[in-house]
Amino acid sequence: MSKLTDLTIAEARDGLKKKAFSAVELTEAHIQSVEKARALNAFVTETPALARAAAAESDKRIASGAMRPLEGIPMGIKDLFCTKDVLTTAGSHILDGFKPPYESTVTRNMFNDGAVMLGKLNMDEFAMGSSNETSYYGPVINPWRRKGSDTKLVPGGSSGGSSASVAARLVMGATGTDTGGSIRQPAAVTGIAGIKPTYGRCSRWGIVAFASSLDQAGPMARTVRDCAIMLKSMASHDPLDSTSVDLPVPDYEAAMTGNIKGLRVGIPKEYRIDGMPAEIEALWQKGIAWLKDAGAEIVDVSLPHTKHALPAYYIVAPAEASSNLARYDGVRFGLRVSGKDITSMYENTRAAGFGREVQRRILIGTYVLSAGYYDAYYIKAQKLRTLIARDFEEAYARCDVLLTPTAPGPAFGIGEKTDDPISMYLNDVFTVTVNLAGLPGLSVPAGLNSEGLPLGLQLIGKAFDESTLFRVGEVIEKAAGATPRPQSWWEV
Amino acid sequence: MVTTRTETGPLIDGATGKWEIVIGMEVHAQVLSKAKLFSGASAEFGADPNAHVSFIDAGMPGMLPVINRFCVEQAVRTGLGLKAQINNSSVFDRKNYFYPDLPSGYQISQYKQPVVGEGIVLVDLPGGKTIEVGIERLHLEQDAGKSLHDQHPDQSFVDLNRAGVALMEIVSRPDLRSAEEAAAYLKKLRAILRYLGTCDGNMEEGSMRADVNVSVRKPGGPLGTRCEIKNVNSMRFVAQAVDYEARRQVDIIEGGGTIKQETRLFDSKKGETRSMRSKEEAHDYRYFPDPDLLPLEFDDAFVARIKASLPELPDDKKDRFMKDYGLGSYDAGVLVAERESADFFEQVSRGRDAKLAANWVINELFGRLNKEGKAVGESPVSAAAMGSIVSLISDGTISGKIAKDVFEIVWTEGGDPAAIVEMRGMKQVTDMGAIEAAVDQVIAANPQKVEQAKAKPSMAGWFVGQVMAATGGKANPQAVSELVKKKLGI
Repeated sequence: MSKLTDLTIAEARDGLKKKAFSAVELTEAHIQSVEKARALNAFVTETPALARAAAAESDKRIASGAMRPLEGIPMGIKDLFCTKDVLTTAGSHILDGFKPPYESTVTRNMFNDGAVMLGKLNMDEFAMGSSNETSYYGPVINPWRRKGSDTKLVPGGSSGGSSASVAARLVMGATGTDTGGSIRQPAAVTGIAGIKPTYGRCSRWGIVAFASSLDQAGPMARTVRDCAIMLKSMASHDPLDSTSVDLPVPDYEAAMTGNIKGLRVGIPKEYRIDGMPAEIEALWQKGIAWLKDAGAEIVDVSLPHTKHALPAYYIVAPAEASSNLARYDGVRFGLRVSGKDITSMYENTRAAGFGREVQRRILIGTYVLSAGYYDAYYIKAQKLRTLIARDFEEAYARCDVLLTPTAPGPAFGIGEKTDDPISMYLNDVFTVTVNLAGLPGLSVPAGLNSEGLPLGLQLIGKAFDESTLFRVGEVIEKAAGATPRPQSWWEV
Repeated sequence: MVTTRTETGPLIDGATGKWEIVIGMEVHAQVLSKAKLFSGASAEFGADPNAHVSFIDAGMPGMLPVINRFCVEQAVRTGLGLKAQINNSSVFDRKNYFYPDLPSGYQISQYKQPVVGEGIVLVDLPGGKTIEVGIERLHLEQDAGKSLHDQHPDQSFVDLNRAGVALMEIVSRPDLRSAEEAAAYLKKLRAILRYLGTCDGNMEEGSMRADVNVSVRKPGGPLGTRCEIKNVNSMRFVAQAVDYEARRQVDIIEGGGTIKQETRLFDSKKGETRSMRSKEEAHDYRYFPDPDLLPLEFDDAFVARIKASLPELPDDKKDRFMKDYGLGSYDAGVLVAERESADFFEQVSRGRDAKLAANWVINELFGRLNKEGKAVGESPVSAAAMGSIVSLISDGTISGKIAKDVFEIVWTEGGDPAAIVEMRGMKQVTDMGAIEAAVDQVIAANPQKVEQAKAKPSMAGWFVGQVMAATGGKANPQAVSELVKKKLGI
């Protein structure tokens, strides 16, 4: 039998059911991995005691034949999810010491289904970033390295702790959140799968808000099937979230038939951007060929407003963030830096508590909502959003799913792009359209580039049609072959 | 803002001539609801500080608002009561500003698309005139918490009980022209809200607060620059604030100055307004649609259901009282000013002489209640007892004069008026033989007066008085009068 930490969630589920190993054994194996991997800086908070207690409970359940869907599966939780009585930082200094007295709906759903939490995962501060370098708790290191190089690479972001810990076999799956690509891009550059579900599929209740109209939680795991298993538990209609949708959550695994004969796969020509690396173009062509071979029909489609997506996103997201982050004022929780009066206390607290990228986005957001600029920026961006959503609707008249690259390149080196926000923002070029339109997007590992770094392909679906994404995603995954695991250079 | 009122209102004197005051009001009315607008926490007044605070009210990370359907119904109900346009689709916006009593750093309000659009309030003025005041809009929003600056030498505390409580902001057009009109408008608005049961109108507890916009102009001229006077919390203060502010503005303009658009505070102790912040210092609230909430949408059936449940409102009730009971406009207006008063009157008048009942309820009962600072609900004389007194007058059992004594007894001691009249021998004497004997006796004892009365018939009144005194006031005054005249031959 392979190492317990190399199992997929589906395999572990079978092993636990057959009592090939216990939940406690499975959890212990992962706790050890976590302890050996501190060099990756993937965790903000480790919770081994909670994990052991949960695993023991899982073993009781398994023994009594009352096994739940995620029973005994060791998971990591992005530190944007409020976890009851467990430090929740959102990667920010300003939430120092914040232990929420409540549990987010998504994590509660997972724990109710038996998931075991190993700890809280590092992330870009308030999920603002594409490299996990804006975290107050320092950058996360990608377990992958370029062939023959020991340059430290970023794990993508903002769910960089999630991607790194899944890829490095510290956890079997992790929660992520995706506002402009924060699940899919880190999944792609660490060789794992990750899906941003349709907006409204997972409750946002108890997730620290970045941009409310774009934020969506989703799973990150090493296989498409594992993502399907996790999403089934994470998703629910939540009356506490007015934007949560009251639709039944389908049995995603059942939809994974492997049969995509006759499925129409759209290839949006606007995603062939200027200066796209040849290896990304080649990967895309490979993906097209795999799907064609599996019996899909390839259709060229147009999403004409794609080029406006990034600017629209960088208006809408900061605008909402500037308002969502107003509550971090030093009055009720987290960091307080005192001042001579209330205004200076606010200023001191927010100056010390927010990092540069968060401050930049608050300023952008405040600016675009200001009197005299609102119409020119915010309203215009909202109009573009409508047009972008319409592009997809029109495309879906001719196809069932879209195939694109996930990110414009592989993992880059730490510090390589930190001084150039525009180049950093370009990481989201293939992913933001999906958030703006509220659609589901799945990143599937599609092999390694010439430097030995993972690349991902993105499937974009119709609203609430995650099932099709999982079905098609598994076909790509199989065609691409199993992604090798990264060398455990980090282990101490 | 556009005024819908065309005729010139009352004017005030300045050194350079007459001036017209133009007033518009923004009234914040707390929605009568058990729970807050978005959090489900209790909206009850008077609890210990921070006893009614949910994680949402406290602006905790990851918390989301969920609209309280009942508060929406209340807003729609109010809109219907103001004969206003109901918007089946409206939007909640965030109004962003920093203050410790605003935990999330924004107030959820409605900016461009309010739930209720244009409506009308009819305001009766003393003297019988009625003016039409345009309502521009009504929107739902959250209240803020309360900062407590007097609890600690160098710290301020915050009580979030009120944070998130539902308010209706009701914005009038600048259709009011005097302090008196402004106060009368507020009074009428309060009556409508109380009839509807959508706000308790309790200004002392802050469940109704007014911001008053005041400007002055030469009669018929273009609108002047306005100043907004914040948080004026009684009818009397509204009138005081308007008078002070109008005078201040006239003095400035006549002194060669100009009015700066600004927000001012009313100091109720000094009876004056003072500057709070100028237009330049005004916040940029950066309104934008709250992405945590979907547009507020409901269908016509929802509105129709609410409409069907509306009570009879003051204007309709007044018309009915005038038509069905034959009451005058003034009396009907007084009776319908409060739903409780109108109900009281209707109980008193049921099956009785309505005009007589109105007369007694307004003059005796309300007069006495006012004097003692009591509300109708606290009246020591119940509607049944009042009705019984009216019946005793109508059927001739007691005279109006005796009725006042009976009222006094019931007021102070309680009891059933009929039984009191019976037991204390207060019944009017209707035995014509007894009255005749008394008349004869008075005439016989005063021959001189008889001669005078024959010369001057108005002297008959003296005889009536004597007879009434002799019968202890229980004789029927009308019968006495007729008999006296007959016997005197005048």
